[in-house]
Amino acid sequence: MTRTTAERLRTLEIVFLVAVGGFAGANLRYVFSLAIPGLGGTFAANVLGCLALGFLVYEAELVGLLAEETGFVAATGFLSSFTTYSTFALEAVQSPTLTAVGYVAATYVCGFGAVLVGRRLARLLEGVV
Amino acid sequence: MVDPAYLVGAGAAVGAVLRYATNRYVDGLAADRRFPYGTFTVNVVGSFVLALVTFLGAGADVLHLVGTGACGSYTTFSSFSVDTVRLWETGDRLVAGWYAAANFLGALAGIGLAFALSTL
Repeated sequence: MTRTTAERLRTLEIVFLVAVGGFAGANLRYVFSLAIPGLGGTFAANVLGCLALGFLVYEAELVGLLAEETGFVAATGFLSSFTTYSTFALEAVQSPTLTAVGYVAATYVCGFGAVLVGRRLARLLEGVV
Repeated sequence: MVDPAYLVGAGAAVGAVLRYATNRYVDGLAADRRFPYGTFTVNVVGSFVLALVTFLGAGADVLHLVGTGACGSYTTFSSFSVDTVRLWETGDRLVAGWYAAANFLGALAGIGLAFALSTL
């Protein structure tokens, strides 16, 4: 399957948007980890990221004001890099058992809850627009 | 010494693009679209690599570049959460529960394998 020059440029554009978003998102998570020592930094980044991604995904589905490129830079690039599963899992494994159970449960419950709050915000926006 | 922010950012740019590529590739292979195999794959593989560099005692620069940057960005908690909520609300509640459990069990298995390899 041969691809046209336009398709190749589009792929390059997407890669660029995802890379730039990823650069910024991971740096903000790093700032969180310095500002909030221990498990709190990753927890805060993961929950905030869930809230924002929940809003963006449901905004795209229900409202559709934002351009597709915003999705690549903000959702795929920035927010997916701002949040992390690997650090979360490794931190849980390296914590005492009771702390680990509480940390995993709290991150799951607050993360899923934050997605629902993001969905709620997108529905409010849907009502306004 | 390189400022950690450059290392984290450079690793993250690569990690984010690799996550995008992995998702495209794996979701193209998977026949059962109800289970988000792409995000599951990056979360398990990224946890394995992060644990491996950590257990092998990598220095601060490598941990910033590969750990916080590349692995931190390659894996994602936000997409995982949105996937789970979407499965739940579309009625695939068993799949949603299994997906939430499988990500953690897979990450645990990856970390366990990394630990075993690091003690060889």
